[in-house]
Amino acid sequence: MKPRWIIPVVAGLVSGVSISALAATIQISMDNLEISPAEVSAKVGDTVEWVNKDAFAHTATARNGDWDVMLPPKKSGSLVLKKAGTVEYYCRYHPNMKATLTIAP
Amino acid sequence: MFVRLSAAIAAVSLLSGAVMAQSAKPSDPQIAHIAYTAGLIDIAAAKQALGKTSNKDVRSFAEDMVRDHEAVNKQALDLVKKLNVTPEDNDTSKTLSKNAAAKIAELDKLSGAAFDKAYVANEVAYHKAVDSTLETTLIPSASNAELKSLLQTGLKIFQGHEQHAEHVASMLK
Repeated sequence: MKPRWIIPVVAGLVSGVSISALAATIQISMDNLEISPAEVSAKVGDTVEWVNKDAFAHTATARNGDWDVMLPPKKSGSLVLKKAGTVEYYCRYHPNMKATLTIAP
Repeated sequence: MFVRLSAAIAAVSLLSGAVMAQSAKPSDPQIAHIAYTAGLIDIAAAKQALGKTSNKDVRSFAEDMVRDHEAVNKQALDLVKKLNVTPEDNDTSKTLSKNAAAKIAELDKLSGAAFDKAYVANEVAYHKAVDSTLETTLIPSASNAELKSLLQTGLKIFQGHEQHAEHVASMLK
């Protein structure tokens, strides 16, 4: 009574697991109008999660226009990195909040 | 240039004059009232601008003012509630409100680029005045640590507003 589809399903699960085991999730906090850590190294495929601890809305906006993540007060937002390079980003609402992501291939 | 400068001087002298009119250093309930009132004034000014401007940069600046000042004032309300403090009206708050009403009426007569320039010039001056009052009077006078810390966060965010306003002003030249 073994259904024939069990093997592809297991294979799918295994490959899914192996992908998520390679990719890391990196947390960056926005607290009292500061991005910390301000310099982070990551790899393509990693997820960056910004945790906004402030009562203010923030954004994580790439200067090169690649991405713009909205971070409502006391909420988090995340992004899967798709492109290698050094990306400077800032908060559009509070441009003094600046940081850099270095993304390896 | 003359208009901007005179607006700046007027706003700074009105605010510092208002604070100095109070002989003793303000109490925490008075500080809370002054800070909250100052926030309300900037929200009202921004809402006036949103109703009048068609300039993209001015609009986005005004939206930032509403968003941030409402967030600070909400935190202030939460804090006074938590501390069980009733904000206390005082001469500084009264002078601030009176001057702000006059400014709203003055700006209401303007439109287009003239309004944009006058609004942003006043925002530069107003944030300068508020920041300096926070730094020299309100923060040093606050006795409650949480109130002091909220005022410090406010100062940080308002200094950003001051820079933002200056940037918008330079683009409107």
